[in-house]
Amino acid sequence: MNPLQTPLTRRGLFGLSLAGASLAALGLPARATKARIVIIGAGAAGTALVNRLVQRLEGADIAIVDARAEHLYQPGFSLVAAGLKPASYTVSQTTDWLPEGITLVAENAAAIDPVAKTVATTSGQSLSYDFLIVAPGLVLDHDAIPGFSLDMVGQNGIGARYAGPQYAAKTWEAAQKFTEEGGIGLFTRPATEMKCAGAPLKHTFLIDDIASRGGAAGKYEIHYAAPQPATFSVPIVGEKVRMLFEERGFIPHMQHKLLSIEPGQKRATFEKTEKDAAGVEVRSTVELPYDYLHVIPPQRAPEVIRQSGLSWADKWTDQGWVEVDQKTLRHLRYPEIFALGDVAGVPKGKTAASVKWMVPVVEDHLVAAIEGREGTEVYDGYTSCPLITRVGRAMLVEFDYHNNLVPSFPGMIAPLEELWISWLMKEVALKATYNAMLRGKA
Amino acid sequence: MKELTLETLIAVFEEIFGRGLFWAMVAAAVVVTMAYLYVLIRDRAMSMRKFLWAQLSMPFGAVPAVLFVQEMTHSHFRDIGGPVNVIVLLGVAAMGAIGAAILVYTAQSLLRRKSA
Repeated sequence: MNPLQTPLTRRGLFGLSLAGASLAALGLPARATKARIVIIGAGAAGTALVNRLVQRLEGADIAIVDARAEHLYQPGFSLVAAGLKPASYTVSQTTDWLPEGITLVAENAAAIDPVAKTVATTSGQSLSYDFLIVAPGLVLDHDAIPGFSLDMVGQNGIGARYAGPQYAAKTWEAAQKFTEEGGIGLFTRPATEMKCAGAPLKHTFLIDDIASRGGAAGKYEIHYAAPQPATFSVPIVGEKVRMLFEERGFIPHMQHKLLSIEPGQKRATFEKTEKDAAGVEVRSTVELPYDYLHVIPPQRAPEVIRQSGLSWADKWTDQGWVEVDQKTLRHLRYPEIFALGDVAGVPKGKTAASVKWMVPVVEDHLVAAIEGREGTEVYDGYTSCPLITRVGRAMLVEFDYHNNLVPSFPGMIAPLEELWISWLMKEVALKATYNAMLRGKA
Repeated sequence: MKELTLETLIAVFEEIFGRGLFWAMVAAAVVVTMAYLYVLIRDRAMSMRKFLWAQLSMPFGAVPAVLFVQEMTHSHFRDIGGPVNVIVLLGVAAMGAIGAAILVYTAQSLLRRKSA
Protein backbone atom coordinates (compact mmCIF):
# COMPACT_ATOMS: atom_id res chain seq x y z
CA MET A 1 0.00 0.00 0.00
CA ASN A 2 1.17 3.48 -0.78
CA PRO A 3 2.39 5.02 2.50
CA LEU A 4 0.15 8.00 1.83
CA GLN A 5 -2.99 5.92 1.81
CA THR A 6 -4.55 5.29 5.16
CA PRO A 7 -6.52 2.13 5.76
CA LEU A 8 -10.23 2.75 5.44
CA THR A 9 -11.78 3.42 8.80
CA ARG A 10 -15.52 3.52 9.30
CA ARG A 11 -15.38 7.29 9.19
CA GLY A 12 -13.18 7.16 6.14
CA LEU A 13 -15.63 4.85 4.41
CA PHE A 14 -18.50 7.15 5.28
CA GLY A 15 -16.57 10.07 3.83
CA LEU A 16 -15.74 8.08 0.74
CA SER A 17 -19.29 7.06 0.11
CA LEU A 18 -20.55 10.58 0.63
CA ALA A 19 -17.91 12.51 -1.14
CA GLY A 20 -16.20 10.35 -3.65
CA ALA A 21 -12.52 9.64 -3.82
CA SER A 22 -11.19 13.13 -4.18
CA LEU A 23 -12.73 14.46 -0.98
CA ALA A 24 -11.49 11.41 0.85
CA ALA A 25 -8.07 12.31 -0.47
CA LEU A 26 -8.28 15.39 1.70
CA GLY A 27 -8.49 13.08 4.68
CA LEU A 28 -4.99 11.77 3.94
CA PRO A 29 -2.30 12.70 6.45
CA ALA A 30 -0.73 16.00 5.53
CA ARG A 31 2.66 15.79 3.88
CA ALA A 32 5.38 17.54 5.88
CA THR A 33 7.35 19.92 3.69
CA LYS A 34 9.26 23.18 3.76
CA ALA A 35 8.28 24.05 0.19
CA ARG A 36 7.70 27.71 -0.59
CA ILE A 37 4.57 28.08 -2.69
CA VAL A 38 3.40 31.37 -4.18
CA ILE A 39 -0.09 31.67 -5.62
CA ILE A 40 -0.81 34.73 -7.76
CA GLY A 41 -4.52 35.51 -7.51
CA ALA A 42 -7.09 34.94 -4.76
CA GLY A 43 -10.03 34.48 -7.09
CA ALA A 44 -12.00 31.27 -7.50
CA ALA A 45 -8.95 29.22 -8.55
CA GLY A 46 -6.35 30.55 -6.12
CA THR A 47 -8.72 30.37 -3.16
CA ALA A 48 -9.97 26.85 -3.91
CA LEU A 49 -6.41 25.59 -4.35
CA VAL A 50 -4.99 27.19 -1.20
CA ASN A 51 -7.79 25.71 0.90
CA ARG A 52 -6.92 22.26 -0.38
CA LEU A 53 -3.17 22.69 -0.10
CA VAL A 54 -3.30 23.60 3.59
CA GLN A 55 -4.97 20.25 4.18
CA ARG A 56 -2.51 18.30 2.04
CA LEU A 57 0.74 19.95 3.16
CA GLU A 58 2.09 20.60 6.61
CA GLY A 59 4.71 23.25 7.21
CA ALA A 60 4.61 24.61 3.66
CA ASP A 61 5.24 28.32 3.34
CA ILE A 62 2.28 29.46 1.25
CA ALA A 63 1.75 33.05 0.12
CA ILE A 64 -1.20 34.24 -1.94
CA VAL A 65 -0.77 37.51 -3.79
CA ASP A 66 -3.84 39.61 -4.59
CA ALA A 67 -4.64 43.27 -4.00
CA ARG A 68 -8.39 42.90 -4.44
CA ALA A 69 -10.22 43.08 -1.11
CA GLU A 70 -13.49 41.86 -2.62
CA HIS A 71 -14.16 38.37 -3.86
CA LEU A 72 -16.53 38.34 -6.82
CA TYR A 73 -18.96 35.52 -7.55
CA GLN A 74 -18.82 36.08 -11.28
CA PRO A 75 -21.39 33.46 -12.35
CA GLY A 76 -23.94 35.72 -10.61
CA PHE A 77 -23.33 38.64 -12.97
CA SER A 78 -25.82 37.21 -15.50
CA LEU A 79 -28.57 37.32 -12.88
CA VAL A 80 -27.60 40.82 -11.70
CA ALA A 81 -27.60 42.12 -15.29
CA ALA A 82 -31.16 40.83 -15.72
CA GLY A 83 -32.48 42.41 -12.53
CA LEU A 84 -32.93 39.06 -10.79
CA LYS A 85 -30.35 39.60 -8.03
CA PRO A 86 -28.79 42.70 -6.46
CA ALA A 87 -25.11 43.52 -7.06
CA SER A 88 -24.37 42.56 -3.46
CA TYR A 89 -25.31 38.95 -4.32
CA THR A 90 -21.94 38.59 -6.04
CA VAL A 91 -19.67 40.32 -3.51
CA SER A 92 -17.88 38.93 -0.46
CA GLN A 93 -14.49 39.59 1.11
CA THR A 94 -11.36 37.85 -0.14
CA THR A 95 -10.31 37.21 3.46
CA ASP A 96 -13.64 35.45 4.21
CA TRP A 97 -12.44 32.47 2.20
CA LEU A 98 -8.73 32.17 3.01
CA PRO A 99 -7.49 29.58 5.53
CA GLU A 100 -5.36 30.19 8.61
CA GLY A 101 -1.63 29.66 8.41
CA ILE A 102 -0.92 31.23 5.03
CA THR A 103 0.27 34.71 4.10
CA LEU A 104 -1.98 37.04 2.16
CA VAL A 105 0.13 39.61 0.33
CA ALA A 106 -2.48 42.28 -0.42
CA GLU A 107 -0.71 43.62 -3.48
CA ASN A 108 -0.57 42.73 -7.13
CA ALA A 109 2.27 40.87 -8.75
CA ALA A 110 4.42 43.28 -10.76
CA ALA A 111 6.98 40.90 -12.23
CA ILE A 112 7.74 37.19 -12.38
CA ASP A 113 11.23 35.86 -12.94
CA PRO A 114 10.80 32.17 -13.78
CA VAL A 115 14.55 31.59 -13.91
CA ALA A 116 15.42 33.13 -10.54
CA LYS A 117 12.06 31.83 -9.23
CA THR A 118 10.90 35.09 -7.71
CA VAL A 119 7.75 37.18 -7.83
CA ALA A 120 8.03 40.93 -7.30
CA THR A 121 5.00 42.77 -5.96
CA THR A 122 3.87 46.30 -6.73
CA SER A 123 5.50 47.64 -3.55
CA GLY A 124 8.84 46.07 -4.52
CA GLN A 125 8.63 43.09 -2.18
CA SER A 126 10.33 40.00 -3.61
CA LEU A 127 8.89 36.53 -2.95
CA SER A 128 11.01 33.48 -3.69
CA TYR A 129 9.23 30.27 -4.57
CA ASP A 130 9.83 26.60 -5.13
CA PHE A 131 6.44 26.31 -6.83
CA LEU A 132 4.38 29.03 -8.44
CA ILE A 133 0.71 28.93 -9.32
CA VAL A 134 -0.45 31.67 -11.64
CA ALA A 135 -4.17 32.31 -11.28
CA PRO A 136 -4.60 36.07 -11.69
CA GLY A 137 -7.63 35.82 -13.98
CA LEU A 138 -7.78 37.99 -17.07
CA VAL A 139 -8.20 41.64 -17.99
CA LEU A 140 -11.02 43.19 -19.96
CA ASP A 141 -9.55 45.39 -22.67
CA HIS A 142 -12.24 48.07 -22.83
CA ASP A 143 -9.86 50.53 -24.51
CA ALA A 144 -9.77 48.27 -27.55
CA ILE A 145 -13.22 49.55 -28.50
CA PRO A 146 -12.98 53.21 -29.54
CA GLY A 147 -16.00 55.25 -28.51
CA PHE A 148 -16.72 53.04 -25.50
CA SER A 149 -15.76 53.70 -21.91
CA LEU A 150 -16.99 52.16 -18.68
CA ASP A 151 -18.55 55.39 -17.41
CA MET A 152 -21.14 55.06 -20.20
CA VAL A 153 -22.53 51.81 -18.84
CA GLY A 154 -26.14 52.15 -17.75
CA GLN A 155 -26.84 55.23 -19.85
CA ASN A 156 -27.91 55.75 -23.44
CA GLY A 157 -28.66 52.09 -23.88
CA ILE A 158 -25.21 50.71 -23.14
CA GLY A 159 -24.55 47.61 -21.06
CA ALA A 160 -21.37 45.72 -20.13
CA ARG A 161 -22.11 42.93 -17.69
CA TYR A 162 -18.56 41.57 -17.38
CA ALA A 163 -16.96 44.66 -15.86
CA GLY A 164 -18.01 44.00 -12.26
CA PRO A 165 -21.03 43.87 -9.95
CA GLN A 166 -21.80 47.60 -10.18
CA TYR A 167 -21.54 47.50 -13.96
CA ALA A 168 -23.71 44.42 -14.12
CA ALA A 169 -26.34 46.32 -12.09
CA LYS A 170 -25.99 49.36 -14.38
CA THR A 171 -26.28 47.06 -17.37
CA TRP A 172 -29.70 46.07 -16.07
CA GLU A 173 -30.68 49.77 -15.81
CA ALA A 174 -29.99 50.19 -19.53
CA ALA A 175 -31.45 46.80 -20.46
CA GLN A 176 -34.57 47.38 -18.34
CA LYS A 177 -35.34 50.54 -20.28
CA PHE A 178 -35.10 48.47 -23.47
CA THR A 179 -37.44 45.81 -22.06
CA GLU A 180 -39.99 48.53 -21.37
CA GLU A 181 -39.64 50.70 -24.47
CA GLY A 182 -38.39 48.31 -27.15
CA GLY A 183 -36.32 49.13 -30.23
CA ILE A 184 -33.22 47.29 -31.43
CA GLY A 185 -31.26 45.23 -28.96
CA LEU A 186 -27.74 44.50 -30.22
CA PHE A 187 -25.75 41.86 -28.35
CA THR A 188 -22.05 41.32 -29.08
CA ARG A 189 -19.16 38.96 -28.35
CA PRO A 190 -15.40 39.50 -28.66
CA ALA A 191 -13.04 37.74 -31.06
CA THR A 192 -10.66 36.68 -28.28
CA GLU A 193 -11.00 33.79 -25.87
CA MET A 194 -13.37 34.82 -23.14
CA LYS A 195 -14.75 34.07 -19.69
CA CYS A 196 -17.87 31.91 -19.83
CA ALA A 197 -18.57 31.98 -23.53
CA GLY A 198 -22.22 31.22 -22.80
CA ALA A 199 -22.78 34.49 -20.98
CA PRO A 200 -23.32 36.64 -24.10
CA LEU A 201 -26.09 34.22 -25.07
CA LYS A 202 -27.59 34.12 -21.57
CA HIS A 203 -27.83 37.90 -21.51
CA THR A 204 -29.46 37.91 -24.96
CA PHE A 205 -31.99 35.23 -24.02
CA LEU A 206 -32.84 36.81 -20.65
CA ILE A 207 -33.35 40.31 -21.99
CA ASP A 208 -35.50 38.93 -24.84
CA ASP A 209 -37.60 36.91 -22.39
CA ILE A 210 -38.14 39.89 -20.09
CA ALA A 211 -38.87 42.22 -23.03
CA SER A 212 -41.40 39.74 -24.47
CA ARG A 213 -43.44 40.01 -21.28
CA GLY A 214 -42.78 43.70 -20.63
CA GLY A 215 -43.76 46.99 -22.19
CA ALA A 216 -41.63 46.28 -25.22
CA ALA A 217 -43.67 43.22 -26.25
CA GLY A 218 -44.11 43.26 -30.03
CA LYS A 219 -41.98 46.38 -30.58
CA TYR A 220 -38.44 45.18 -30.40
CA GLU A 221 -35.81 43.23 -32.36
CA ILE A 222 -32.92 41.15 -31.06
CA HIS A 223 -29.70 41.18 -33.06
CA TYR A 224 -26.76 38.98 -32.06
CA ALA A 225 -23.35 39.86 -33.54
CA ALA A 226 -20.29 37.67 -33.02
CA PRO A 227 -16.94 37.28 -34.80
CA GLN A 228 -17.20 33.48 -34.73
CA PRO A 229 -18.92 31.47 -37.48
CA ALA A 230 -21.20 29.71 -34.94
CA THR A 231 -23.10 30.81 -31.85
CA PHE A 232 -21.36 28.22 -29.66
CA SER A 233 -18.00 26.49 -30.08
CA VAL A 234 -19.42 23.01 -29.41
CA PRO A 235 -21.17 22.13 -32.71
CA ILE A 236 -24.12 20.23 -31.24
CA VAL A 237 -24.86 23.08 -28.83
CA GLY A 238 -24.32 25.66 -31.58
CA GLU A 239 -26.99 23.92 -33.68
CA LYS A 240 -29.41 23.93 -30.76
CA VAL A 241 -28.80 27.64 -30.17
CA ARG A 242 -29.31 28.31 -33.88
CA MET A 243 -32.71 26.62 -33.62
CA LEU A 244 -33.59 28.65 -30.54
CA PHE A 245 -32.60 31.84 -32.36
CA GLU A 246 -34.91 30.92 -35.23
CA GLU A 247 -37.73 30.00 -32.90
CA ARG A 248 -37.47 33.31 -31.09
CA GLY A 249 -36.88 35.44 -34.16
CA PHE A 250 -33.38 36.64 -33.30
CA ILE A 251 -31.35 38.07 -36.16
CA PRO A 252 -27.80 36.63 -36.12
CA HIS A 253 -24.84 38.53 -37.59
CA MET A 254 -22.11 35.92 -37.52
CA GLN A 255 -18.50 36.80 -38.30
CA HIS A 256 -19.10 40.37 -37.16
CA LYS A 257 -16.41 41.73 -34.86
CA LEU A 258 -17.21 44.87 -32.88
CA LEU A 259 -14.68 47.59 -33.83
CA SER A 260 -16.06 50.80 -32.35
CA ILE A 261 -19.22 52.53 -31.21
CA GLU A 262 -20.72 55.96 -31.67
CA PRO A 263 -22.84 56.42 -28.57
CA GLY A 264 -24.21 59.77 -29.79
CA GLN A 265 -25.73 58.25 -32.93
CA LYS A 266 -26.35 54.88 -31.26
CA ARG A 267 -24.44 53.05 -33.97
CA ALA A 268 -21.88 50.29 -33.71
CA THR A 269 -19.27 49.48 -36.35
CA PHE A 270 -18.31 45.89 -37.09
CA GLU A 271 -15.75 44.16 -39.24
CA LYS A 272 -17.53 41.54 -41.31
CA THR A 273 -15.59 38.56 -42.68
CA GLU A 274 -16.95 36.62 -45.65
CA LYS A 275 -15.54 34.16 -48.10
CA ASP A 276 -15.86 34.96 -51.77
CA ALA A 277 -16.49 32.39 -54.52
CA ALA A 278 -12.79 31.46 -54.58
CA GLY A 279 -12.78 30.86 -50.85
CA VAL A 280 -10.70 33.94 -50.09
CA GLU A 281 -11.62 35.90 -46.96
CA VAL A 282 -13.02 39.32 -47.70
CA ARG A 283 -13.36 41.88 -44.93
CA SER A 284 -15.73 44.80 -44.94
CA THR A 285 -17.12 47.30 -42.47
CA VAL A 286 -20.75 47.20 -41.40
CA GLU A 287 -22.68 49.65 -39.26
CA LEU A 288 -25.57 48.46 -37.13
CA PRO A 289 -27.94 50.72 -35.19
CA TYR A 290 -29.07 49.96 -31.64
CA ASP A 291 -31.27 51.15 -28.83
CA TYR A 292 -29.63 48.77 -26.38
CA LEU A 293 -26.05 47.59 -26.96
CA HIS A 294 -24.30 44.93 -24.91
CA VAL A 295 -20.53 45.34 -25.16
CA ILE A 296 -18.09 42.56 -24.28
CA PRO A 297 -14.51 43.72 -24.82
CA PRO A 298 -11.54 41.61 -25.94
CA GLN A 299 -10.01 39.65 -23.06
CA ARG A 300 -6.33 39.06 -22.42
CA ALA A 301 -3.88 37.76 -19.84
CA PRO A 302 -2.72 40.41 -17.35
CA GLU A 303 0.33 42.44 -18.40
CA VAL A 304 2.53 40.88 -15.69
CA ILE A 305 2.01 37.45 -17.27
CA ARG A 306 2.62 38.65 -20.80
CA GLN A 307 5.83 40.44 -19.75
CA SER A 308 7.21 37.47 -17.81
CA GLY A 309 7.77 35.17 -20.75
CA LEU A 310 5.24 32.60 -19.52
CA SER A 311 2.83 32.97 -22.46
CA TRP A 312 2.54 30.85 -25.57
CA ALA A 313 4.85 32.20 -28.27
CA ASP A 314 2.91 30.78 -31.21
CA LYS A 315 -0.70 30.72 -30.02
CA TRP A 316 -3.02 33.51 -28.89
CA THR A 317 -0.17 35.95 -29.41
CA ASP A 318 -2.46 38.96 -28.97
CA GLN A 319 -3.87 37.49 -25.74
CA GLY A 320 -0.92 35.97 -23.89
CA TRP A 321 -2.40 32.93 -22.13
CA VAL A 322 0.10 30.82 -20.17
CA GLU A 323 1.86 28.00 -22.04
CA VAL A 324 0.75 24.91 -20.13
CA ASP A 325 0.15 21.25 -20.84
CA GLN A 326 -3.59 21.04 -21.36
CA LYS A 327 -3.97 17.87 -19.30
CA THR A 328 -1.80 18.75 -16.27
CA LEU A 329 -1.85 22.58 -16.46
CA ARG A 330 1.87 22.48 -15.82
CA HIS A 331 4.07 24.99 -17.63
CA LEU A 332 5.78 23.44 -20.63
CA ARG A 333 9.11 25.19 -20.03
CA TYR A 334 9.12 25.74 -16.24
CA PRO A 335 7.87 22.57 -14.51
CA GLU A 336 7.58 24.29 -11.11
CA ILE A 337 4.94 26.64 -12.52
CA PHE A 338 1.25 25.80 -12.96
CA ALA A 339 -1.54 27.96 -14.35
CA LEU A 340 -5.14 27.81 -13.15
CA GLY A 341 -8.38 29.37 -14.29
CA ASP A 342 -8.84 32.06 -16.92
CA VAL A 343 -5.14 32.67 -17.53
CA ALA A 344 -4.34 29.07 -18.50
CA GLY A 345 -3.60 28.67 -22.18
CA VAL A 346 -5.93 25.77 -22.85
CA PRO A 347 -8.67 25.60 -25.48
CA LYS A 348 -11.63 25.72 -23.11
CA GLY A 349 -12.15 26.35 -19.47
CA LYS A 350 -12.53 29.99 -18.54
CA THR A 351 -15.34 29.21 -16.13
CA ALA A 352 -15.74 28.49 -12.42
CA ALA A 353 -16.92 24.99 -13.33
CA SER A 354 -13.62 24.36 -15.08
CA VAL A 355 -11.74 25.69 -12.07
CA LYS A 356 -13.56 23.15 -9.92
CA TRP A 357 -12.11 20.36 -12.07
CA MET A 358 -8.70 21.97 -12.66
CA VAL A 359 -7.86 22.56 -8.99
CA PRO A 360 -7.64 18.89 -7.89
CA VAL A 361 -5.40 18.18 -10.91
CA VAL A 362 -2.89 20.91 -10.03
CA GLU A 363 -3.11 19.91 -6.36
CA ASP A 364 -2.22 16.33 -7.30
CA HIS A 365 0.73 17.23 -9.52
CA LEU A 366 2.04 19.80 -7.05
CA VAL A 367 1.93 17.45 -4.06
CA ALA A 368 3.45 14.71 -6.21
CA ALA A 369 6.29 17.02 -7.24
CA ILE A 370 6.99 17.81 -3.58
CA GLU A 371 7.09 14.08 -2.90
CA GLY A 372 9.38 13.50 -5.86
CA ARG A 373 6.97 11.46 -7.95
CA GLU A 374 4.66 12.04 -10.90
CA GLY A 375 1.03 13.05 -10.45
CA THR A 376 -1.72 11.04 -12.09
CA GLU A 377 -4.77 13.31 -12.29
CA VAL A 378 -5.77 14.61 -15.72
CA TYR A 379 -7.91 17.59 -16.71
CA ASP A 380 -9.84 16.82 -19.87
CA GLY A 381 -11.30 20.23 -20.53
CA TYR A 382 -14.50 19.82 -18.54
CA THR A 383 -16.59 22.91 -18.40
CA SER A 384 -20.20 23.57 -17.70
CA CYS A 385 -22.56 26.25 -18.84
CA PRO A 386 -26.05 26.47 -17.40
CA LEU A 387 -27.23 28.21 -20.55
CA ILE A 388 -30.20 30.26 -19.44
CA THR A 389 -32.80 30.60 -22.17
CA ARG A 390 -35.60 32.23 -20.16
CA VAL A 391 -36.23 33.41 -16.63
CA GLY A 392 -37.14 30.00 -15.22
CA ARG A 393 -35.45 27.76 -17.80
CA ALA A 394 -31.93 26.76 -18.80
CA MET A 395 -29.97 24.04 -20.58
CA LEU A 396 -27.32 22.39 -18.43
CA VAL A 397 -24.60 22.12 -21.06
CA GLU A 398 -21.42 20.31 -19.98
CA PHE A 399 -18.60 19.47 -22.38
CA ASP A 400 -14.86 18.77 -22.68
CA TYR A 401 -11.86 19.49 -24.92
CA HIS A 402 -13.21 17.10 -27.56
CA ASN A 403 -16.57 18.91 -27.89
CA ASN A 404 -18.24 15.87 -26.36
CA LEU A 405 -21.20 16.42 -24.10
CA VAL A 406 -20.45 15.06 -20.62
CA PRO A 407 -23.73 15.33 -18.70
CA SER A 408 -23.49 14.96 -14.93
CA PHE A 409 -26.98 13.49 -14.71
CA PRO A 410 -27.42 11.42 -17.89
CA GLY A 411 -30.97 10.25 -18.42
CA MET A 412 -32.16 12.67 -15.76
CA ILE A 413 -31.25 16.14 -16.95
CA ALA A 414 -31.02 16.34 -20.72
CA PRO A 415 -28.27 18.76 -21.74
CA LEU A 416 -30.02 20.21 -24.78
CA GLU A 417 -33.48 20.70 -23.34
CA GLU A 418 -34.69 23.90 -21.78
CA LEU A 419 -35.55 22.73 -18.29
CA TRP A 420 -36.77 24.26 -15.07
CA ILE A 421 -34.51 21.97 -13.05
CA SER A 422 -31.45 23.33 -14.90
CA TRP A 423 -32.60 26.83 -14.05
CA LEU A 424 -32.91 25.81 -10.40
CA MET A 425 -29.32 24.60 -10.56
CA LYS A 426 -28.11 27.90 -11.96
CA GLU A 427 -30.17 30.12 -9.74
CA VAL A 428 -29.91 28.39 -6.40
CA ALA A 429 -27.53 25.46 -6.41
CA LEU A 430 -24.61 27.02 -8.24
CA LYS A 431 -23.55 29.61 -5.69
CA ALA A 432 -23.66 27.10 -2.87
CA THR A 433 -21.55 24.67 -4.89
CA TYR A 434 -19.19 27.49 -5.79
CA ASN A 435 -18.81 28.47 -2.14
CA ALA A 436 -18.13 24.86 -1.20
CA MET A 437 -15.47 24.79 -3.94
CA LEU A 438 -13.82 27.93 -2.55
CA ARG A 439 -13.52 26.21 0.80
CA GLY A 440 -11.85 23.27 -0.94
CA LYS A 441 -14.81 20.99 -0.27
CA ALA A 442 -16.21 20.30 -3.69
CA MET B 1 -21.05 18.73 -10.82
CA LYS B 2 -18.23 16.53 -9.70
CA GLU B 3 -19.40 15.44 -6.28
CA LEU B 4 -22.59 15.86 -4.35
CA THR B 5 -21.92 15.71 -0.64
CA LEU B 6 -24.30 16.15 2.28
CA GLU B 7 -22.41 19.32 3.14
CA THR B 8 -22.87 20.69 -0.37
CA LEU B 9 -26.53 19.76 -0.26
CA ILE B 10 -27.05 21.62 3.01
CA ALA B 11 -25.16 24.61 1.61
CA VAL B 12 -27.44 24.50 -1.44
CA PHE B 13 -30.59 24.60 0.68
CA GLU B 14 -29.18 27.40 2.85
CA GLU B 15 -28.59 29.30 -0.36
CA ILE B 16 -32.14 28.68 -1.63
CA PHE B 17 -34.03 29.76 1.44
CA GLY B 18 -31.48 31.78 3.40
CA ARG B 19 -29.69 30.28 6.37
CA GLY B 20 -32.20 31.41 9.04
CA LEU B 21 -35.33 30.30 7.20
CA PHE B 22 -33.79 26.98 6.17
CA TRP B 23 -32.77 25.96 9.68
CA ALA B 24 -36.07 27.24 11.10
CA MET B 25 -37.86 24.97 8.61
CA VAL B 26 -35.59 22.05 9.50
CA ALA B 27 -36.28 22.65 13.20
CA ALA B 28 -40.03 22.84 12.56
CA ALA B 29 -39.93 19.60 10.55
CA VAL B 30 -37.97 17.84 13.28
CA VAL B 31 -40.34 19.04 16.04
CA VAL B 32 -43.45 17.98 14.10
CA THR B 33 -41.93 14.58 13.24
CA MET B 34 -40.93 13.96 16.85
CA ALA B 35 -44.40 14.93 18.04
CA TYR B 36 -45.93 12.58 15.43
CA LEU B 37 -43.77 9.68 16.61
CA TYR B 38 -44.67 10.57 20.18
CA VAL B 39 -48.42 10.37 19.59
CA LEU B 40 -48.05 7.14 17.60
CA ILE B 41 -46.14 5.51 20.44
CA ARG B 42 -48.44 6.98 23.08
CA ASP B 43 -51.67 5.87 21.37
CA ARG B 44 -50.24 2.56 20.06
CA ALA B 45 -52.57 2.88 17.07
CA MET B 46 -53.40 5.01 14.06
CA SER B 47 -56.76 6.69 14.30
CA MET B 48 -58.48 6.37 10.93
CA ARG B 49 -60.70 9.34 11.72
CA LYS B 50 -57.70 11.56 12.32
CA PHE B 51 -56.02 10.05 9.30
CA LEU B 52 -59.00 11.02 7.13
CA TRP B 53 -58.68 14.63 8.20
CA ALA B 54 -54.95 14.41 7.61
CA GLN B 55 -55.57 13.17 4.06
CA LEU B 56 -58.08 15.90 3.40
CA SER B 57 -55.48 18.47 4.43
CA MET B 58 -52.91 17.20 1.94
CA PRO B 59 -53.77 19.58 -0.95
CA PHE B 60 -53.45 22.47 1.47
CA GLY B 61 -49.85 21.44 2.00
CA ALA B 62 -49.04 20.52 -1.59
CA VAL B 63 -50.19 23.68 -3.34
CA PRO B 64 -48.50 26.19 -1.02
CA ALA B 65 -45.28 24.14 -1.12
CA VAL B 66 -45.15 24.43 -4.92
CA LEU B 67 -46.00 28.13 -4.89
CA PHE B 68 -43.41 28.74 -2.18
CA VAL B 69 -40.61 27.08 -4.16
CA GLN B 70 -41.60 28.95 -7.31
CA GLU B 71 -41.64 32.26 -5.46
CA MET B 72 -38.20 31.57 -4.02
CA THR B 73 -36.70 30.73 -7.43
CA HIS B 74 -38.29 33.31 -9.79
CA SER B 75 -40.15 30.47 -11.52
CA HIS B 76 -43.66 29.85 -12.86
CA PHE B 77 -45.77 26.96 -14.11
CA ARG B 78 -44.93 28.03 -17.68
CA ASP B 79 -41.31 26.91 -17.03
CA ILE B 80 -42.27 23.26 -16.64
CA GLY B 81 -40.73 21.79 -19.78
CA GLY B 82 -39.69 18.14 -19.59
CA PRO B 83 -40.67 15.12 -17.50
CA VAL B 84 -37.89 15.63 -14.98
CA ASN B 85 -39.39 19.01 -14.11
CA VAL B 86 -42.79 17.41 -13.52
CA ILE B 87 -41.08 14.90 -11.24
CA VAL B 88 -39.39 17.67 -9.27
CA LEU B 89 -42.67 19.58 -9.06
CA LEU B 90 -44.57 16.49 -7.89
CA GLY B 91 -41.80 15.81 -5.40
CA VAL B 92 -42.18 19.27 -3.91
CA ALA B 93 -45.97 18.84 -3.84
CA ALA B 94 -45.67 15.39 -2.22
CA MET B 95 -43.39 16.75 0.48
CA GLY B 96 -45.85 19.56 1.16
CA ALA B 97 -48.75 17.09 1.25
CA ILE B 98 -47.03 14.65 3.59
CA GLY B 99 -45.85 17.48 5.81
CA ALA B 100 -49.37 18.86 6.08
CA ALA B 101 -50.83 15.40 6.78
CA ILE B 102 -48.36 14.68 9.56
CA LEU B 103 -48.90 18.12 11.03
CA VAL B 104 -52.69 17.80 11.01
CA TYR B 105 -52.66 14.25 12.40
CA THR B 106 -50.27 15.24 15.17
CA ALA B 107 -52.15 18.40 16.02
CA GLN B 108 -55.43 16.45 16.34
CA SER B 109 -53.82 13.83 18.52
CA LEU B 110 -52.26 16.35 20.81
CA LEU B 111 -55.29 18.60 21.07
CA ARG B 112 -58.27 16.23 20.94
CA ARG B 113 -57.11 12.97 22.40
CA LYS B 114 -60.43 11.96 23.92
CA SER B 115 -62.53 12.32 20.77
CA ALA B 116 -60.56 9.71 18.82
